[in-house]
Amino acid sequence: MLKVTGVYKTFNPGTINEKKALNGVDLSLAPGDFVTVIGGNGAGKSTIMNMIAGVYPIDEGQIILDGQDISRLPEYKRAKLLGRVFQDPMMGTAAGMEIQENMALAYRRGKPRGLSWGITKAEKKLFREALRTLDLGLEDRMTSKVGLLSGGQRQALTLLMATLQRPQLLLLDEHTAALDPKTAKKVLDLTEELVSRDNLTTLMVTHNMKDAIHVGNRLIMMHEGRIIYDVSGEEKKNLQVKDLLAKFEQVSGGEFANDRMLLA
Amino acid sequence: MSSFFLAIMGAVSQGVLWSVMALGVYITFRLLDIADLSVDGTFALGGVTTAVLIVKGMNPILALVIATLAGMLAGLVTGLLHTKLGIPAILAGILTMISCYSINLRIAGGASNTPLLKADTVMSFLNDLFPALSKTATSLIIGLILTAAVVAFLYWFFGTEMGSALRATGNNERMIRALGVNTDTMKNIGLVISNGFVALSGGVVAQSQKYADVGMGTGTIVIGLASIVIGEVIFGNRFNFAYVLCSVVMGSVLYRIIIAIVLRFNFFTTGDLKLLTAIIVAFALSVPIIKNKVLQKSAGRKGR
Repeated sequence: MLKVTGVYKTFNPGTINEKKALNGVDLSLAPGDFVTVIGGNGAGKSTIMNMIAGVYPIDEGQIILDGQDISRLPEYKRAKLLGRVFQDPMMGTAAGMEIQENMALAYRRGKPRGLSWGITKAEKKLFREALRTLDLGLEDRMTSKVGLLSGGQRQALTLLMATLQRPQLLLLDEHTAALDPKTAKKVLDLTEELVSRDNLTTLMVTHNMKDAIHVGNRLIMMHEGRIIYDVSGEEKKNLQVKDLLAKFEQVSGGEFANDRMLLA
Repeated sequence: MSSFFLAIMGAVSQGVLWSVMALGVYITFRLLDIADLSVDGTFALGGVTTAVLIVKGMNPILALVIATLAGMLAGLVTGLLHTKLGIPAILAGILTMISCYSINLRIAGGASNTPLLKADTVMSFLNDLFPALSKTATSLIIGLILTAAVVAFLYWFFGTEMGSALRATGNNERMIRALGVNTDTMKNIGLVISNGFVALSGGVVAQSQKYADVGMGTGTIVIGLASIVIGEVIFGNRFNFAYVLCSVVMGSVLYRIIIAIVLRFNFFTTGDLKLLTAIIVAFALSVPIIKNKVLQKSAGRKGR
């Protein structure tokens, strides 16, 4: 499904701010894989997501998705294959536009946008049904501006929008990190529900080690721009948070276990 | 009193003719979130192109079409400078504006002023059909027809898939790119449409005042902004998109009425207009912040 081979990325090369973000990443995902990604600050978790999505060009390597080499495609052309949810709940929706308008935009992901009407009657019905599954009452507020929604509501909506048109790969970049624990749980439950409903191949970056263990069928750990640990199946199910912490300490000499990880 | 009434009537018809420009500025300023200064150049480009073509014997309506196309082309230049060459939007607009000045002088054959005294105009056509109408009334009717057409077009266009994508580009660029939209293309389309309407407005204003001047565009952006913010302050940003577009037109008319009233005071001369306009814009744009500060203060007092 997804095949990442030897991807390197250095930000600000040749300057004092030079940062080797990715140091030869190899990653292969089978269809239906739900992979959680953990790692410390600057480990390259978000960078690998952004490389796959095409936010920045890669320096070296190859990214193949659904049999298509997307390594050099601009971001907007890769969108057809990808559903994305960002850490910042403000990022995934257009605040000044209506809920149904946002959904109509997402429903046309990767399709040419012409001069036919931006939203049809049939779509409105479809969107209403989809919103009902969120159980947030948004189906009765379809003409409200998204800016009026809470962070959790916006993130749930973004998730729904990302899966409205089945993506080949769903990229979740710490999409629950900015939410309060209760809302985060709700959004995570929704994530599992949508992923299993459509059998989506998914990459989910998280800072929460419990989530990383309990969600998905495979877990990878990144450190200094490399994948240093890759576990799936029974072995992953039997993981404990303390195992992961030990693993972190082993590779990084303890520096990894920052406050955020311990609190999580 | 009747001279006052005539002045107001003249202001209303001017306001309607200029509102096409304000609607163009609305696309870039409010929908794309770009302050596009090229309009100072493209308004005059539209006026000068129309006037020169009419003097050469072209049909005034066709002349407006060509002027609109010229404005669209200038808008594309601004767009390409910004999106393809990475020049900040405001600077790209300034470059186009300055280039337009030279180009306008070339189009006008080096003359700064192109009179249309005896030439046919859209207004004179209408006057031939209905000789009873005054000059102001014909300008007003032409302006209303044109404005209605432009509002209808914008209402339709921004409801389409492409128009929605364009609005989203101004709203949340990263989001809409993640949804597969080439945001550079959207910005270019917005700038092209915007400057087309601005040039069209310049063309009808030139026909209405029966001359075009290479300097007629100076301050266009500020007048456009004044129209938008006056419309927003008076009519609010509510109901649907058609209402918002109409409020821009009303803002343009109100702006002209304010100017007409200000000019009734002997103290002010036409030379003061640009300063007054700038003050109106600065005031109207700062209303939300002033309002917030006042609210905070009163909330603070209540708290104590």
